[in-house]
Amino acid sequence: MTDRPQSNILTRRALVGSLGLAAGGLLSGCDALNANPGWRETLRLAENGNMAIQRAMLGRDGLAREYAPRDISRSVPANGTRTPADADYMRQAASGFSDWTLSIDGLVERPTRFALGQIRSMPRQTQITRHDCVEGWSAIGKWTGVNLAALLDAVKVRESARYLVFHCADTLRAGPYYESIDMVDARHPQTMIAWALNDELLPIGNGAPLRLRVERQLGYKHAKYVRRIEAVSDYRLAYGGGGGYWEDAAGYEWYAGI
Amino acid sequence: MTGMIAAMDPADPSSPAEHTPPALEAAHTHALTTRVWHWVNLVALISLFMSGLMIFNAHPRLYWGEYGNRDEPAWLAIGAQGQQGFLKVAGQQLDTTGVLGRYSDSDGMTRNRAFPGWVTIPSDYNLADARHWHFFFAWIFAFGLLVFMAVSLLNGHIRRMIAMRRAEWHPRTLWTTIVDHVRLKFHTAPGEAYNPLQKLSYIAVIFIALPLMIVTGLAMAPGTDAALHWPSMLFGGRQSARSLHFILAFALAGFLVVHVVLVIIHKPLMLLRGMTIGNRA
Repeated sequence: MTDRPQSNILTRRALVGSLGLAAGGLLSGCDALNANPGWRETLRLAENGNMAIQRAMLGRDGLAREYAPRDISRSVPANGTRTPADADYMRQAASGFSDWTLSIDGLVERPTRFALGQIRSMPRQTQITRHDCVEGWSAIGKWTGVNLAALLDAVKVRESARYLVFHCADTLRAGPYYESIDMVDARHPQTMIAWALNDELLPIGNGAPLRLRVERQLGYKHAKYVRRIEAVSDYRLAYGGGGGYWEDAAGYEWYAGI
Repeated sequence: MTGMIAAMDPADPSSPAEHTPPALEAAHTHALTTRVWHWVNLVALISLFMSGLMIFNAHPRLYWGEYGNRDEPAWLAIGAQGQQGFLKVAGQQLDTTGVLGRYSDSDGMTRNRAFPGWVTIPSDYNLADARHWHFFFAWIFAFGLLVFMAVSLLNGHIRRMIAMRRAEWHPRTLWTTIVDHVRLKFHTAPGEAYNPLQKLSYIAVIFIALPLMIVTGLAMAPGTDAALHWPSMLFGGRQSARSLHFILAFALAGFLVVHVVLVIIHKPLMLLRGMTIGNRA
């Protein structure tokens, strides 16, 4: 008992000292770890777990929440590309997208090029849903468009098609924008190719004239300015292999349900 | 483990705790599950906190309700205006230059960032990497908590060490404990591992704050929200869940600071040994 006070002081000093060292070492250590390929691969195991558990909870057709008109937010901010600078897109925009077409091809029986007018005159579906950005913000808007499963049925997607790749008209710093989803999300009842937001034709910032809505995932999956949908056996063979522009350019998760 | 059981019984004559009252000894020896979970959880929570701060940096504004974005009013915002970093909370604006909103990194570069690089993982702005860290450690944290709760409820750890006795709810007992704590005098009733204030903090952290971190986190995920609507609705919307996630994270950081300070000013060596190798292991 008599030696306790002294040992306490020593221990306190040692503890405080080691805490300081730990704090300093922690940061550089974390950055070093963050650059380690093996560690990065380990971290990304979580994505498989996230997808497995969410899919188990959701089933194929679990619906994203829908809201009442009074819940609509004052805006749905434009993020990523706000105005595509691509010459072709700008020309199309100037003419009110009168020549815009949406091609659906790849592993399909009947590759088809739909005119924008055709898409807009197809049976429409409307839903008021929340758009959640990976950055953390949310907005609620009323989306109108054509059910994607209906389009897939029209072109008769083959059994061998496991993913859809959405090719977009906007080019960002690292290349053209694209996204991909699997057939579970592609055939989900709320998944649509939208052409209107809050009862008006899609604004350019929100993806005019056509964009994807895949309601159970984060905003970067909702490809804007879609001009071609390709049915593929493996999204890893497209572009940089990550399955999307941000997946390739910044390393975001392909499955963005969280 | 056997040592702990012996120490739990103050009447046990074979108890080797000659210098220390048995109850005190008991307080400083933990079951293996507790010791392993404690340190795994520490690493997980620090990683979650620091990667969470980086995730916050991607949109350093907080809202109440279902939605919130740059066109909606925020109850908390961190940012920079010109040369000045600021924190805005409930209409009040504080100059936080150098710490929040705007700071100089280790290379002397001035950066506009809500939380500075020295508290984030990674230290650079990288939302994708921060998310990878966050979700990886979220799994470790969630399953660790689940296993710890299940094991310590089943093996009586909670009942023996943390459960409040009826007498401990007495206002006078609670008041005395609070007054003693403020005076930095800590004592435990005979046969008890912790005093009532300690018990209440551990109950609040283990059974309320930590599970709420998981539920508020899941309430923000569009996939989970589509499967289970109630978490997000319970908190009043996705952005409310995000705000609560942030507030709780800082409450837990506060708990960690108080916890470490109390260990250091109390009996650091003994407590550290009890939580690592166990006292008589």
